[in-house]
Amino acid sequence: MNARERGPRVSAAAVIRHRLFWPAAVLVLLLLANVFFTPGFLSVELKDGHLYGSLIDIARFGAPLILVAIGMTLVIATGGIDLSVGSVVAISGALSCLWITGLEDQQSVTGVLTAVGVALGLALFLGLCNGVLVAGIGIQPIIATLILMVAGRGLAQLITDGQILTVNSAPYKLIGGGYWLTLPFGVLIVLAVLGITAFLTRRMALGLLIESVGGNAVASRLAGIRSRGLIVAVYAFCALCAGIAGLMISSNVSSADGNNAGLWIELDAILAVVIGGTSLAGGRFSLGGTVLGALVIQTLTTTIYSIGIPPETTLLFKALVVTAVCLLQSPAFREKALNRRRRRPQAAPASADPKVKVPA
Amino acid sequence: MSSDVLTAGPSASLRGRQRYLPVMVTAGLLVAMFTVGGLRYEAFASGQVVLNVFIDNAFLLVVAVGMTFVILTGGIDLSVGAVVALSTMVTATLMTDHGWSPLAVVPLVLLIGSALGLVMGCMIHYFDIQPFIVTLAGMFLARGLCYVIGTDSISITEEGYTAVAQTQIALPGEMYVSVSVVIALAVVLVAAYMLHYTRLGRNVYAIGGSEQSALLMGLPVARTKIAVYTISGFCSALGGVLFSLYTLSGYGLNALGMELDAIAAVVIGGTLLTGGSGYLLGTVLGVLVLGLIQTIISFEGTLSSWWTKIFIGLLLFVFILLQRLISARRS
Repeated sequence: MNARERGPRVSAAAVIRHRLFWPAAVLVLLLLANVFFTPGFLSVELKDGHLYGSLIDIARFGAPLILVAIGMTLVIATGGIDLSVGSVVAISGALSCLWITGLEDQQSVTGVLTAVGVALGLALFLGLCNGVLVAGIGIQPIIATLILMVAGRGLAQLITDGQILTVNSAPYKLIGGGYWLTLPFGVLIVLAVLGITAFLTRRMALGLLIESVGGNAVASRLAGIRSRGLIVAVYAFCALCAGIAGLMISSNVSSADGNNAGLWIELDAILAVVIGGTSLAGGRFSLGGTVLGALVIQTLTTTIYSIGIPPETTLLFKALVVTAVCLLQSPAFREKALNRRRRRPQAAPASADPKVKVPA
Repeated sequence: MSSDVLTAGPSASLRGRQRYLPVMVTAGLLVAMFTVGGLRYEAFASGQVVLNVFIDNAFLLVVAVGMTFVILTGGIDLSVGAVVALSTMVTATLMTDHGWSPLAVVPLVLLIGSALGLVMGCMIHYFDIQPFIVTLAGMFLARGLCYVIGTDSISITEEGYTAVAQTQIALPGEMYVSVSVVIALAVVLVAAYMLHYTRLGRNVYAIGGSEQSALLMGLPVARTKIAVYTISGFCSALGGVLFSLYTLSGYGLNALGMELDAIAAVVIGGTLLTGGSGYLLGTVLGVLVLGLIQTIISFEGTLSSWWTKIFIGLLLFVFILLQRLISARRS
């Protein structure tokens, strides 16, 4: 009797306690709010062989953020953090635009590919530097990447000479502003990166290794995991993602702005990761949650525009969302809030909570 | 017991010698920079150039003092730049658009900053959320409030306020300082006293050394942690007031990235980012180093402003490496 009664209750609680429940709920809520204010919000139509619609726009404009957030997720899973992604975004966009402006023929595909290669190479190198500072020299991640965050903005402005570089190159424009197979090209890039990352981390042992390094770097090194190399690789991957995002952002507007490109994207990316339920303490991560988190942020921005609230207040709403999500995820807060509610009917479920959480 | 004595002996004497090393290095760097500047440029080696560094960075000094408290406990406060901007905005809008007296506006602004810090401190302590994320939310909130007040720059024309802003306090040798410098130095003195000679200061160091031990020792961890963020909020608000005295305007994009400058100044001043070790004097020297970099670049004339960022990044790198070496040798 007792066991039968318990069955459905546990599963309902499991749905609510699933780590993707809250971000998904927030996203659905935001989308519903949009449908309420703009009736045709969910419609997607085919025009000139391209898909158009608000949902497509959210995915398209959110693409760079999702990319950066995917890289950030892995870094945070190792217990680190990468503040330099915004600067890397600016540097990679600046370098590729500088390379393209130096080309004789800006339309040449090989020229653009070289520019992309050079920019991504530099991004990868910067990521390696971050990784070596963190894993090799043993500097706190937040500080190690702070160096590049400060110096990198200067570097980006040095590359563009403080100007806004504009390019006129059709192949380059494709990366962030073009369409392929009816879908925005940027979204396809994100899907590809997400697919590869998910395959490497969830179908191979890599994800487990990353999580074990994040759980306890020393213990995992003693267990025979090369934690040092793994951490360097993760920072390099994060910078590479940021580099691709930088190409997308600069290609979408066909120009590079060392000052403002990717400004505050590191904070948005960290926010996306946190909303997605990845703990900042490291040790576990959720790629799906991160993508949801990034979509929540982008939808929030879109919603504010479409409802007609002054866009300047976006930051206020972000502050509210961050606070709410953090409070919901804080065990201390949950305990305090839930205890108060649950104490009246029964004291037992509250004490059962941590036991359920351990395997999950 | 004997092993205790053995390990305590050498490490204590080592610590005695090395305690001041980071501060000494920063002081040496400052002297070296000033000497090189004096040899390279005419009219550089004058007292007024040094005082100008103070005048141009009084607000940063105050903000960095607050940041020192937070970093000494092992936390971080990303909201300071936004709170500075919010303070300039509130000051400007209340005085220019609503005709308030500065005597009412300044206390109100300081109260807002402290309250914001208090709330963040409570969230950090009672709900056990990382300081990084809480102060990030605080940053969004403060910048958002700036934009709600207005998106344009508001200039301050209140007579008393502009008079204070333009007052030059004469010093011997035809030199002068502004009122902001006097306020900033007063803040530094009070903060240094609090940090090194009061119970609160000892608690701050203890929590930075090990929060767990501090708790077990029966120190008021909750009160101290919340106090630290409140102090940082207060200092940011005061920094904002000084900033509005300096520019005589309020603008939501003021002090963009100032949190980084403040953190950089604290680190260059030799405070360990893991908390528990560092001096307020170091922070003052750190702010002076940052200010002197800007002065040298403006004296050079041909270097563009972005070199400031690159130099600060390089300095950060060197000093963090130095910190790492010291703490590695200590352990």
